[in-house]
Amino acid sequence: MRVELTINGAARALDVEPRMTLVDCLRDVLGLTGTHVGCEHGACGACTVLVDGVPARACLMFAVQAEGYAITTIEGLTHTRGALSPLQDAFCATHAMQCGFCTPAMILTAHALLAENPAPTRAQIVAAISGVICRCTGYAQIVEAIALAAERARAPAPGTR
Amino acid sequence: MKAAAFEYSRPETLEEACAILSGAQGARVIAGGQSLVPLMAMRLERPARLVDVARIAELSFIREEADAVIVGAATRQCVIEANRVIAVRVPLLSRAMPHVGPAATRARGTIGGSLANADAAAEIVLVAVTLGAQMTHRRDTRLRESGAAAFFTAPGITTLPERSCLTAVRFPAWPEPGLGAGFHEIGVRADDFPLLAAAAQIALDAQGRARRVAIGVGGLAATPLRLDALAHALIGRHAEPTAIGDIVTEALAAVEPLDDMRASGAYRRRAAATLVTRALGDAAAAAATAGRRGDDAR
Amino acid sequence: MDAPRPRYVASPRRVREDRRFAAGQGRFVADIALPGMRHVALVACPHAAARIVAIDKAAALALPGVRCVIDGHDLAAATQPLPNGLDTPRVRRWPLAVGAARYCGEWVVAVVADTRAIAEDAAELVAVDYDPLAFVLDAEEAIGPRGPIVHPAHGSNVLLDRRFAFGNVDRDFARSTHRTAFRLRWGRSAALPIETFGVVASHDPWRGVLDLWASAQAPRHAEEVARILGLPSLGVRVHNSVDVGGGFGGKRGLKHAVLVGYLARLLGDPVRLVEDRLENMRGGDAHGPERIFDVEVAFDDSGVIAAMKMRAIDNVGAYAGPAALQLGAPIGAIVGPYRIASVLYHAIAVTTNKTPQESMRGAGQAPTNYAIERAIDEVAARLGLDRVGVRQRNLIAAEEFPHTIASGTTYDSGDYHAVIEKVLARANYPRLIAERDQLRAQGLLAGIGIAAVLAPGGGNFAHGPLLNPAMTTTTFMESCRVVIDAAGGVVATIHAGSAGQGHETLVATIVGKVLEIDPDAVQIARPDSIAALPSDGAVGSRMAIMLGGAAAQAARMLRAKLVAIGAHVLDTPPERTAYQSGVVYDAKAPQRRLIWQDLVQIAHRNYFRLPPGFEPGLAASHVMQVPAGGKLPTGDGRVQMDPCFSFEFHLLLLTVDPDLGRPEFRQWFVGHDCGTVINPMIVRGMTLGGIAQGIGAALFEELTHDAQGRPATASLADYVLPSARDVPQIEILRHVTRSPLTAFGQKGAGASGYLGAPAAISGAVNDALRPLGSAVNRLPMKMSALGDLIAVAREKAGAKPGGAA
Ligand code: FES
Ligand code: FES
Repeated sequence: MRVELTINGAARALDVEPRMTLVDCLRDVLGLTGTHVGCEHGACGACTVLVDGVPARACLMFAVQAEGYAITTIEGLTHTRGALSPLQDAFCATHAMQCGFCTPAMILTAHALLAENPAPTRAQIVAAISGVICRCTGYAQIVEAIALAAERARAPAPGTR
Repeated sequence: MKAAAFEYSRPETLEEACAILSGAQGARVIAGGQSLVPLMAMRLERPARLVDVARIAELSFIREEADAVIVGAATRQCVIEANRVIAVRVPLLSRAMPHVGPAATRARGTIGGSLANADAAAEIVLVAVTLGAQMTHRRDTRLRESGAAAFFTAPGITTLPERSCLTAVRFPAWPEPGLGAGFHEIGVRADDFPLLAAAAQIALDAQGRARRVAIGVGGLAATPLRLDALAHALIGRHAEPTAIGDIVTEALAAVEPLDDMRASGAYRRRAAATLVTRALGDAAAAAATAGRRGDDAR
Repeated sequence: MDAPRPRYVASPRRVREDRRFAAGQGRFVADIALPGMRHVALVACPHAAARIVAIDKAAALALPGVRCVIDGHDLAAATQPLPNGLDTPRVRRWPLAVGAARYCGEWVVAVVADTRAIAEDAAELVAVDYDPLAFVLDAEEAIGPRGPIVHPAHGSNVLLDRRFAFGNVDRDFARSTHRTAFRLRWGRSAALPIETFGVVASHDPWRGVLDLWASAQAPRHAEEVARILGLPSLGVRVHNSVDVGGGFGGKRGLKHAVLVGYLARLLGDPVRLVEDRLENMRGGDAHGPERIFDVEVAFDDSGVIAAMKMRAIDNVGAYAGPAALQLGAPIGAIVGPYRIASVLYHAIAVTTNKTPQESMRGAGQAPTNYAIERAIDEVAARLGLDRVGVRQRNLIAAEEFPHTIASGTTYDSGDYHAVIEKVLARANYPRLIAERDQLRAQGLLAGIGIAAVLAPGGGNFAHGPLLNPAMTTTTFMESCRVVIDAAGGVVATIHAGSAGQGHETLVATIVGKVLEIDPDAVQIARPDSIAALPSDGAVGSRMAIMLGGAAAQAARMLRAKLVAIGAHVLDTPPERTAYQSGVVYDAKAPQRRLIWQDLVQIAHRNYFRLPPGFEPGLAASHVMQVPAGGKLPTGDGRVQMDPCFSFEFHLLLLTVDPDLGRPEFRQWFVGHDCGTVINPMIVRGMTLGGIAQGIGAALFEELTHDAQGRPATASLADYVLPSARDVPQIEILRHVTRSPLTAFGQKGAGASGYLGAPAAISGAVNDALRPLGSAVNRLPMKMSALGDLIAVAREKAGAKPGGAA
């Protein structure tokens, strides 16, 4: 079936079986392997992408349903090759990951949170990421990374504002 | 864990959707897919065709009427969560929304999807039963209504007729000013599927006594229960938790609870009493606040 | 030459692996797509035990896109059985069941197709005729008189039954004034990384190599797969560069690799199997331990414990690979941090119709610590003493190290008292007790949990020969090669896969430290298994000790070479030749010096300037033996497995909702001593992650079965993992007692947190329940069970629900 998707700002026309999930399409058809698969039944959050800027689980959406939405994957957050976004950098600053398998989902979820709420409390951060399971970190350094990114974004760079 | 093959249609109108549904063997409606897709992935559901109604504008609305708020079946849960009219006129629905899965599934999941898939402990199902919502569904060109009480017959099973599309849910909006709602649930994990949930909505009189009460509990039996006798017994009383614990316990004594590996029947009954008591307490407190603020949507 | 020497070790440097993961540029096994790759799906047995009467593959084979369908007979005819961990030669096991399936979820048929979806379609079309057999799930039932025999050829469900007597237990019991006995259960949970196990195999007939990309942390994966497939040992090449999405000991996947390797050779196409979550949880064969402990301790009036008897029955599931050896691993720390003089340890491994286990974080030490810590709490309760005080009275003192315990193991170093004091001071223990009592006065159930536990690390695999006389392994090597190239660049090698432990950062930091160069300038390579030096992989809390040790030694050898070249060229005596930050100079005349580029140029190009007979180029390798040595266990089971012993102390306060049974953490302090910490951010993360896993194991994670013996928790919807909401804020207090046995004094940290958290949570819940006179003797302590327990206790006490406790 023909479908036109908008992935990280670029329009892509593809042929997929209706039963192909968005996450399989991103990974296997488009080669965007930064979106991970942990369960395929909507329980772990590893496949989280942004749909019109809001986190959603790409294993719970068939690719054919995604037509017309703006899909953002982790690959869409790095605008320059080799340069991390400030949020990604904050994740590195606090070592907010171990195996890195949940990390793209965590970062996208945090990205959406900060876009909506630039100064989240700890409880708000915890609530926002609680839909993404990390088996490695115990979450503390992830929460710290998001708080750090928020703090850095709030502190105006010298000479501005 | 890949779904079995199916055909896919995305009709533009409800008319068209209903035509496809009635013409195709084994067709199913999909909107947000948050309940259906996991079942399809495990091949516990294998529709021959999916009819995607997520973008049909006439299924996505929140409309206020004199005595009800009507929500289109394809209205997304996150939209309901943020809606001010619902917060004031159907506060219980509003109050329950943050408990419905994680935000990432509320972003796609719809009210109709949650109701049509009827998980035993689903929060929206519980709210519908508790408030006595009316489900409107359409087959071909015929519209029909079902009351929530009769709609949910077993976990995952509803009386939604074959080849029908749920179109809207009508939640009664109580006329009393100053409504309050309470919702409590527990799961194995803090934001897991609930094991048990309790929902309460209250209107108070000027003395702070219950004037109108709706109470429901999910997860105690195979389908959510609306506790009308208890609601009735509370009329004219103050609903502070300390005052009503015994009445609640008594009201639940008659229920034959589920008993399985997740929890014993005795636990379910006790915990349900606690949750119902807390939900009522919260509802009363919220109603008192709303009353003071003079909340009234009209 | 007097610039301050840079400090790389123990400074919170960024973890270099994080960049690629944060960018979504990790390379996990499921990211590997080879041209023409085929996909495997599995047909799993729906019964707890069944004879396989007939298999009809025709319909599956007829489906377009299906490449082949094989069953256990096909595979067994071409391969060796999978290895047993215990000495049970008649227990035979293949990746696909042969003749009979012994647990629900066991793989029976494998289907290969052009896509995974088609393979799943075809798997549904395979018709297997089963004759269901009697089954047994409970270990005690399995060894009772009526238990059906899981492996008739073995003749019994007991796979191991061995008693170890260390010291004079009978005498110590007879001399003690008190004794107390109890029984505990550690429920079956699993490591369950978010990435399931996966493997891609591709056979190159022209080069005679079977290439494997796997999310594996298994030691000697390539050799094992080659042996089982009947290939020459170097005919299998494992690509260690694959990022592993979490391991925790259980990512081994030997049966997966054998199956997929066989299929790739059979078809001549690359083949991939990435378990879906159902396959992973039921048939991935990576469950954790499931134990029943019977413990008895003998002690005096002051709470000093003289002797302990411990019987551990492990329900190993339907087959027992190396995971069963986890029953032996705790012998190396069988008395925990305590001075208990004599121990009787009775280990029983029982086979049942459950999913097999894989080794898991801590190798069985977490359950054992749970039992030991409970013993201390029981002693304190019996005597009415403070639980911290009883621990302090029994601890090995700092001046007693190195300390040899009853089971013959020598602990390297420690200062347990100091760690505990730190925590007590920070937590303000008296105030914590007051807070607990205040919460109780408010009608809540409140309890303090305490656990002081040891985390052995770096083991030499002597638990193999300890439990299985057919095994003789007493080394678990790790290697590193450090090379300085002709342009002066430094590269160090890692010869095993990593699953998030930051090994690249570890090695770079250590090489940087030894050579006094910026660790960020050290390139890291991961040769494939054919090119690799010996490695036993990232298991057993060993990489800081072993990989770190190998890297340090290789770098030191290289540094010595640079100094030797410098001494020769500058013509200074060795003792006067100094090294700093890549520069070699005459200590008496620092202006006489050779900078890095000079040294590199000489070594690589100017043979005439090298000392006579000197090896040109700059390369050094080290294969490290475990510093515990490599002796076989004695006949009575005295053994030294691990060289290093980390220590952790947990002190936490929690409440239990008296009506719902729901626990809630209020405060949690951990004192942690794993010697010198190479990277503090990595160790903190591992410890917190271990605690999160411990919370799951203590409170809700359990793999259960229904009455038909089918898994009741077969997906992540039924088996929930802790989310961010379930893990409280935890304060970690660090203490450093260097190990005398390692390069920088470092010890293992891979299992930290996980080893103490379950014991501490159990202690807290039981403290909370104490006023009610009840106790929980099993993990997990599910909310609903706690609620029932509380209700029963209150009913006995005549209290009404909803009232104060
Ligand atoms: S893979 Fe989508 S939620 Fe787990
Ligand atoms: S870093 Fe491994 S799952 Fe989160």
